[in-house]
Amino acid sequence: MELAFSPSEEIFRQEVRAWFLENVPAKAMPSGDTREGFAAHIEWERRLFDARLAVVSWPEEFGGRDASLWEWIIFEEEYYGAGAPQRVTQNGIFLLAPSIFQFGTPEQQARFLPKMASGEETWCQGWSEPDAGSDLAAVSSKAVRDEAAGGWRLTGQKTWTTRGAFCTHLFGLFRTDPDAQRHHGLTYFLMPLDTPGITVRGFGRLDGDEGFAEVFFEDAFVPDDLVLGEVNSGWGVAMATAGSERGLTLRSPGRFTATADRLVALWREHADPSDTELRDAVTQAWIDAEAYRLQTLGVVTTLSKGGHAGPEASMVKIFWSELDVRLHELAMRILGPRAEVADSSWAKGWQFSLSGPIYAGTNEIQRNVVAERVLGLPRK
Amino acid sequence: MDFAFSEDQLSFRDAVRDLLTRECGASVVRDAWSNSDGRSGQVWDLLSEMGVLGILAPEVDGGMGMTMIDLVLLVEECGRVALPEPIIEHAVVCAPIIGGVVSESRTVTSFIGGSPFALYADSSEVALVERDRRLFTVERDALRLTPDVAVDGSRRISTLEWSDSDATEVGGPLEAAAAFDRGALGAAALLLGLSHRMLEMSVEYASERRQFGAPIGSFQAVKHHLANARIALEFARPLVTRAAYSLSVGDPDASVHVSMAKAQASDAAMLTSAHALQCHGAIGYSFEYDLHMWMKRAWALSSSWGDASLHRARVAKAVL
Repeated sequence: MELAFSPSEEIFRQEVRAWFLENVPAKAMPSGDTREGFAAHIEWERRLFDARLAVVSWPEEFGGRDASLWEWIIFEEEYYGAGAPQRVTQNGIFLLAPSIFQFGTPEQQARFLPKMASGEETWCQGWSEPDAGSDLAAVSSKAVRDEAAGGWRLTGQKTWTTRGAFCTHLFGLFRTDPDAQRHHGLTYFLMPLDTPGITVRGFGRLDGDEGFAEVFFEDAFVPDDLVLGEVNSGWGVAMATAGSERGLTLRSPGRFTATADRLVALWREHADPSDTELRDAVTQAWIDAEAYRLQTLGVVTTLSKGGHAGPEASMVKIFWSELDVRLHELAMRILGPRAEVADSSWAKGWQFSLSGPIYAGTNEIQRNVVAERVLGLPRK
Repeated sequence: MDFAFSEDQLSFRDAVRDLLTRECGASVVRDAWSNSDGRSGQVWDLLSEMGVLGILAPEVDGGMGMTMIDLVLLVEECGRVALPEPIIEHAVVCAPIIGGVVSESRTVTSFIGGSPFALYADSSEVALVERDRRLFTVERDALRLTPDVAVDGSRRISTLEWSDSDATEVGGPLEAAAAFDRGALGAAALLLGLSHRMLEMSVEYASERRQFGAPIGSFQAVKHHLANARIALEFARPLVTRAAYSLSVGDPDASVHVSMAKAQASDAAMLTSAHALQCHGAIGYSFEYDLHMWMKRAWALSSSWGDASLHRARVAKAVL
């Protein structure tokens, strides 16, 4: 056991920290979940990419630095510690990219990954449907074979598509075998959103930003070379992506330790120190953020030695999403009546935190996964 | 960075687990509720022969001269079987500072800050006691015991009195604070082991017990209780491991790390015992069933060596 970073990792930390100090905008940008804010955030992504900081853990040929998972952890700590902008590219670089690395052809990797990293092409996720949310295997949007044209014709509807109204591309699950049930007979497609037959309609999230979209498919043609993985094997590809979403890559500990530190600063500034119940709750939230950081170090140790993250990822998703709610709840309590001010980062963060226990598979579903696949309780 | 135990540490853990599974079944714990000293009999000697009790003792005293990171997993194993012994007091708190614990095979208990009782003082040969933030040893013959009856019948508790003339000083405030930290970390590790076993019992029971034509473990309400316990343990364990590491390397923040670990482990154990009882239903509430022995140990240890509130306050002082 060794709980310190190496000298070269610390040098990496210093480089990253210096760059953020120099480059993070002093004034907060407009929300990346609005049209105007999205464009501003893409410019930020471009600067990250030019500094080769957009996707540090990727291979150099796709715009990364071949950074180790430990360096990635350091990068994330520094990113959130510096208060850098939200990553509007995250559904591409964190959710789709791991699946392209694992299942994509060399052509697909060369075609999509560099532009994803630079922000030139932005990706949204087309999984949920009006009748398939937590029960993802119930997707009914279909793809019908067009042999003559060498591809598939897509029909149906996706919804709750984050930043769908601003993104250029979509990755999604479609039923390619009409006779197959549930998670069989699904295929994972990649496509530009300006494909004829695709219509996108943005709509407001809880906080009013146009961060959601529904996407309609009416006989939209997608050629064979945009199938990711094998036809009818989309579920396996999607689950690899879902593992990323629930586990490590999307929710690095740096985000929560930074929020916990901001909460402590808020407590010092505004809270009544004689309120020991509030003090203890703030302390406990800080301890939980630290517990999350340390648990992640354990997971990264396992991965670094060639191990895999299993269904334990569901515990991670439950913990970070509920920790994020607690951290923001406490900030709301400390702010009291001032919490009502809509454009404060805490009010925004509080509303966003409420989505965590819902997206990426509701926490109720995750608890079933923990019970059945970690503890071994019977499904029926 | 390498946040994992070594192969040696894990294989020692496995060996201790094998020994305890074989030698310290639930009947040993149950016997301890009614026998004369509340202890395990030969299990203690077997652990001593394996070297577990002297891991922290200096080599000149016949110990292994190793550190908390080598011991923490073994303490957890003692928790898993609810070993009725002064494992914290003897092996974690006293072994590093009282000579002869190992070489003379004397059982030591402790009566120091944060714990209002000494455990098994009647059957110990010497006690580590604290007065005015200084540590002393007192021989059994010179101690006056006032016993109490504990909810956990295997925990033989008493308060101790002694004359200063019978006390030999073995440490000052620094040693006293360090001894308390070790005790708190030991309790946190025991709580992890107790909790994991309570969870295992609950999963086994919920998988077998049928109501409404199905195993009760297939019902989401039951699943979610047990998943919540598992999650609480998942995010307590790394804090316990890190605190053990910090004590081993003499990290200046080790006390804060210990407090984070004990607060989290206490809360996780209380949550686990509550859910374990609920998922067992009436059988878990009966004296003949084993669960209550683990629960009662967890209740006692979650408050001993500083409860969650005390440790959170220590963290608050350092962090806020």
